[in-house]
Order: sequence, then C-alpha cells, then structure tokens
Amino acid sequence: MSQSDTNKVVISGVGVISALGVGIDPLWEAMLEGRTGLKRIERFDPSGFSSQVAGELAEEEFKVRKIVPKSHRKATKVMCRDTELAVGAAAQAVENAGITTAGTSDDPPTIDPSRIGCHIGAGLISAEVNELGAALVTSKNADGSFDLAHWGSEGMQNLSPLWLLKYLPNMLACHVTIVHDCRGPSNTITCCEASSGLSIAESRRVIQRGDADACLSGGAEDRVNPLALYRQHCTDRLAETDGSGDITKIIQPFSKDSNGTLIGEGGGILLIESENSCNSRSGSPWCTIDGIGCRQSFTETPLDADPVALTSAINKAMCEANCKPSDIDLIVPLGSGIPKIDAVEVVGLTSVFGETLHNIPTITTIPYTGNCMAGNGAICIGVAAKAMKEQTIPARLGSDITAGIHAEKCDSKETQINNVLVVTPSEGGQCVAIILGRITS
Amino acid sequence: MTRVVVTGMGWITPLGNDLDTVWKRMCNSESAIATIDRFDASSFPTKFAGQVRDFDWKQYVQDASIHHKPAMNSQFALGAAKQAWEQSGLGSYQELDHERTGIYLGAGEGVLDFSAHSMIDTHSWDVEDGKVDAVAWAKFATEQLDEWGEVEQEPNMPLWHLAREYNLRGPAFNCLTACAASTQAIGEATSVLLRGDADVMLAGGTHTMLHALGITGFNRLTALSTFDGDPKKASKPFSRDRGGFVMGEGSGMLVLETLEHALKRGATPLAEIVGFGSSADAYRITDLHPEGRGPSAAMNNALSQAGIDAKTKTNDPPVQYISAHGTSTQENDSIETMAIKLAFGENAPNVPISSIKSMMGHLIAAAGSVELITCIMSIQTNMLVPTINLDNPDPALDLDYIPNTAREADVACCLSNSFGFGGQNNTLVVKRFYP
Repeated sequence: MSQSDTNKVVISGVGVISALGVGIDPLWEAMLEGRTGLKRIERFDPSGFSSQVAGELAEEEFKVRKIVPKSHRKATKVMCRDTELAVGAAAQAVENAGITTAGTSDDPPTIDPSRIGCHIGAGLISAEVNELGAALVTSKNADGSFDLAHWGSEGMQNLSPLWLLKYLPNMLACHVTIVHDCRGPSNTITCCEASSGLSIAESRRVIQRGDADACLSGGAEDRVNPLALYRQHCTDRLAETDGSGDITKIIQPFSKDSNGTLIGEGGGILLIESENSCNSRSGSPWCTIDGIGCRQSFTETPLDADPVALTSAINKAMCEANCKPSDIDLIVPLGSGIPKIDAVEVVGLTSVFGETLHNIPTITTIPYTGNCMAGNGAICIGVAAKAMKEQTIPARLGSDITAGIHAEKCDSKETQINNVLVVTPSEGGQCVAIILGRITS
Repeated sequence: MTRVVVTGMGWITPLGNDLDTVWKRMCNSESAIATIDRFDASSFPTKFAGQVRDFDWKQYVQDASIHHKPAMNSQFALGAAKQAWEQSGLGSYQELDHERTGIYLGAGEGVLDFSAHSMIDTHSWDVEDGKVDAVAWAKFATEQLDEWGEVEQEPNMPLWHLAREYNLRGPAFNCLTACAASTQAIGEATSVLLRGDADVMLAGGTHTMLHALGITGFNRLTALSTFDGDPKKASKPFSRDRGGFVMGEGSGMLVLETLEHALKRGATPLAEIVGFGSSADAYRITDLHPEGRGPSAAMNNALSQAGIDAKTKTNDPPVQYISAHGTSTQENDSIETMAIKLAFGENAPNVPISSIKSMMGHLIAAAGSVELITCIMSIQTNMLVPTINLDNPDPALDLDYIPNTAREADVACCLSNSFGFGGQNNTLVVKRFYP
C-alpha cells in the first residue's frame, strides 16, 4: 500500500441547508443583515422543555420529494429528517459545482461514478416519537403498563417494516450515493460537532491517496424533535429560554453572559475535488483545502473540551498548510455559547495566536442556525468559503463584549481574506481544524 | 515506503473474552447461539442470539471511576482494547508519543432503555390527536430516563472511553456504516498511518443491538433468522435453507502501527495490512446490487492495493483464506459468492472461505474487526475455522466454504469482507509479516 498526499484538493461546490433556507445564499444574505433563523420551536409544543428555541426550517420551505429524481421519490418515504437535509444539501452542492450526475439529468455524468466518494457526518438519529409511539401504544395494557410480550407477538407489526433503515446513520450517505450514483468509497462519521470536519478530512485523504477524484462531503443533523432535544438537554449545554425577549441575545458566543447554546437542524454538503479533476472539467473552485489537523481531547468527561488538543489540531493544520499564525485572516470557531467550551476555544486559539487573536476577525454561525451538531462544521466551512469568495465578513450576533477573542457583535464588512481557519471541538472530545486558502487567478 | 503492521489484538465475543478461548472454540466448531436472556424475548419472532457472557468491564480498566457509567458498547471496547494494548506491549512503552497515537473506531450507538422509552411514549400518547403529547413526553422523559445513559447513546462515546483509558490524543474518528463499520475503520486507520499522520492507531469496532428495539427493528426487516429449532443450528451461511442472520454482539480491537515504529520499540508484528478497498453500491437502500458490483469493486480495490493478481489462473492462489461477510441471508451469501467469483475469476473455487457468523452470530458494527482478527489468527496458527451448520449446501453456491470442520492449511494471505445496509462495501487484505 502506498499513499500520495501531493494532490491539491479544492472545494468546488457548496450546498448548505439551515433554518435560514435552502442553499448558501439565503443563509449568507441573512448573515449580512444580522438576521437570525432562531425562533420558538413550532414543530412540536416545546413547553415541557427548558430550552424552547431552535433553528428550525419550516416544512413548507423544503420538500425533499421535489428535488430527487422520479426513480427515488418512493424512497423518500423512508428518509428521516436528517437524511432529507443531507439529500437537499447534496443537490445544492452538485448544482453549484456545475456537474452532471444521475441525480441531475440522464446525460452522461461529468465524473466517473466509480471515482466519486461520499463522506457524510451524521448524528445519533433520534426516532420520531410519534411514529414509534403509535406502534408502542398498541401494546399498552389496561392498567397503563407496557406489555412486552404483546409487543413481541403482535405490537411490533404496527411498525413499518423499513423503520430501522430510516434511522441508521449511514442512510444519509446511502441516499446521496444512490441519487447521484456515487460508487467510490463512502463513509459516515459520527463524532457530534466534529463529524463534518472529519468527513472532509477523510474525503481529502481518499482523494489524495488516489481512490477518488471527488467526494460529496460534509454532514447534516436534525435535533428539532423531542428525543433529540431531550438528549441534548442531558448534556447540560442548552440555554434555558421560552423564546420571549430578544432571540439574538440568547446565544452569546465568548461572552461572560452566555448561558448555553440552542439546537438546530441543517448541514452542508460540499463537493471536495482534486484540483486536477476540477481543472479538467473547467470547474470553478471556491477555495483550496490546505491543511487539516485532528486530535482527541483528554478530559474528565466526554462533555468537556481540551485546549491542548485544539491547539495541537490547529498547529497540525497550519503545518500542513505551510501557514504562520500571521497568515490567518479569519477564524470560524464553533462559538456555541456554551461557556466552558467557548473558554477552551479561546485558550486553545490563544496558544497559537497569542495576543494577535484579538485582531483576527471571526464568524460565528450558531447564533444564526442553532447548533446543527454533525452538520454544523459543514455550515461553517460553507460560510467560510463564501466569505473568502466575497471577501466579506458577515455580521456577528451575540454580545457587545467578548473575552479574549474578536467575536463581539458587529455589522458585516468587506476585508481581504486569503486564509481561513475553521475549528471545531466536539462533544466526545474530537477536535478538527481546517485551513482554507483563497484561489487567486 | 511505509508499511503498517498489527502488533496487538483483542476481542470480546459471544464465544469468549480472550483470543485463545475463542480461537479454540471456533476450531472446535462450537456455536455460542442460545436463547436470549437479557430481556424476555419469548414472544418475539426471534428468541435467540449470540450473547457476551461472563464479562465484567471493570476487570479491564485501571480505574473504573474515571469512566462514569459506560454503555455496554463502551464496556466491550474497553475489554477488547485492553487485550490488544497488552499484546502490543505499548502499556510498558514509556516513549509513546500520545499525540501521534490515534483511534479509529467503527462503533455503534449505546443501548437504548426500551423499558423506559416504551413507558414514556405510551403514557404521553394523546389518543384524540393520534400523536405524542410533547409536553407530557418531556415530563415523563425527565422522570424516567437516566441522563447519563442518554449521553452514552452517542456513537463516539466508546472512542472517548478508550482515549481516556490510554491517554490517546492523536487523530480520532468514529464511523458507523452499519455492518461494514469496523472493517472501514481499520482500513482508514491504516490510511492515516500511511499518510504519516500518526505512528500508532487503535482501531476496531464495538456494538450491541441485543435489546428489544434492536431485535424489533431487524425482525421487521425480516433480516433475522426465526429458526424454530436448536438455536445453535440457526446461523447457517451458504446453506440452502439459510433463513436470515443471527444477532451477536461484542468488540474487536487491533493495535496498528507503522513498521518503523514497531521495530524501533522492539514490538513483534503479528501481520501486515496490505490492502483496503471501499465502495458504495449506489443501488437501493434495501438490496445489494444483483451483479455484486459494489462488493467486487471493494475486493478488486483491496487486492490491487495489495499488489495481488487474484484472477490469473494458478494452482497456488495468492490468497489462502477469505473471511466472508457470510450473514446467512439468502441475498448476501448469493451475491457475495458471485462477487468473489468476479474478483478471483477461475481461482475462486480454490480459495477457502468461511463465515464465523455461523458460530457467534453477527456482531454488526464490530463484525469486521473480529473477522480480521480471525484472519490473523489463521495466519499465525495455519488453521482455517469452519462455516458450521453447512449440512445442506445451496447447490447454487459452489465455492469451498470450509463446511463444519476446521482444517490445517498454509496461510500467508487473507481477505476479509464486510458489507452493510445502505450498500457499504469494505475489504481488507492482510498478510503474514515478512521483514
């Protein structure tokens, strides 16, 4: 076995889906205006939860049936929301990249299907409580207890035969590979917020070792359902709010007043491609992926983060990218508003950038979209790529005062951006740092 | 050129919890399949499984208190990793660079508390609305669910436990590609080493779906065997009357490292990973491609990477054993046989194949890692373990499936297949280590 890591890898297509709409443009426009997508949850009555606000995409704004080929419409019935989001973002990425696949037309594909991989970060997909509850209730005894014996003999028959397949994490990639006929290496990374970044790391590794020319890569997750919201509540990371007052003041990344984060649904799929492949089809790359570092935290609990791991991941990415701290023009941190995670990010970044950290602007996406967990990193990278393309930093929401990092509330502004650092520490302790480089003619 | 070797292995399986015991039992054609006693499955269509027994995770860690309350998948991972770590000798290697020691797992989710969830969903059910009352649901969830148990559901939690136990700070990934996950994890861990991003990777898988909702899900898919007889006879890969897979559980872990690193510290390479191939069927969510397109592509890629010409007719095939995915479903065993023929051409009938799932059931995400360890044990002992319960061969499946009895053979190179729901195909090629 041998590996080559000399092939340059670019992002040649961007697809994002979030509370602010389908595609990178609605999100970008909202971020330029400082308009959040957070609102009180409407999909179910959240009154029983202490955190009642989320980044929720209205059902009528996105119908997955409308964007898949006719041959795959039946299969949309066994898509959970996470899969729908991934399929939606992938469609955007393919369209944006300007390639033809089985999912876009009957014309010959631009890239040999056996040379397209797929790496999509996914979460612990939570079963829809209404779907499962409707079956379970058939095995409820008169005294209110649950009758397992009845469930085994009869009750489970009320569950759709394909129920399990709906909730396997690799179904996001499975549907995307079927729709776009991607027959190359396919993987599903399940590392909470780091899932997208690690998926992109894997796509780059697969391309550089010669096993694919391009990969649909990123992540998606839906946390806007009761079980997923409850599970996030268990991590003690959510801001308590009933949605009254100024929604934009709930998540305040890097502020001493921050009291937690909010959930969201969404994600991003990017077309990651070798520069040679992109050039050969006269594609228009958004940026290069110049360096990636991945590290594991050593922490007391899986809910903590480790500044040493974050620093090490950043240093590895900078080393690969042949970058100095002074080369970084923009940082996209997780910026979740979870005080202890924000603090670790500041310590980790300060170890790399020192006092200059105050001078490097940041983009924080979670105040706009909520924390989309496995999809969050890809949203960050999509926004970073857009910022580089537009040479603009969008508005930041949150607090007027932040500690140790240039992340206070501000309006959008134009500036020169040549290198962007995207960092993500995740629940579970995985850290990933990615450096994107500007493509100049 | 960088080479990647295996220096440690460990497993927790339904057949036992150490390398030697499990190996001996497989060589003796023993089955671990028995009636499920973890929950009352007596009314379920499937009442049997391969269940890990006599296992106490606390015996495999230095200080149980640092792990809080690990879910069962994490417990299995800690048990298997301890064996691998000890065999590799890394526990006493003082110069280990922890930032260059990573983890790549194919771990499944934690065990869902079905008793609590069924209570919550049914008690919060609003008959008039025909759906759960979310406010009531939240109230019952808060009262009934163990918060830490829900945190442990995340599939990356075993990764955290292993990192915590062994102070591993390098590249860390968890993938979950259904039944192909741990083979993929080992393949990608190898790739991380070949890139130079780490010196050592702890890689493997861990999973249990042996709970009421897991059995329910696979029963509804009609993927599980509902054999009405001696459970030991239920898993029968490549038989004419095979009727679905049998659930298993457990973990397999391997220490992988660059040869340079292994030799520098005086470690003994057990085998060398020489090929990894991965593909997607991109066909249907429920079915394998009927021509075996994806599995054969994965095998071809792995063989090509290993520099092995498998198709040219020879009396001395370059691969001496295939650990089949061999689930005992009608579809898998037929299509895997077809794909092996595509990959090996006229040599296919001369390459012995077996499925250890016949003896321990299907360990789902962990299956591939346990099966790769089986390959390495074959290389080390020159023994091939059998496919048991192959008393009624399917006449359409005409390869050498090592029926019922282990056999001696000169084994220098093995191939291990794992295929998953959703069209995930992964293959590893492992060779006897030659300096």
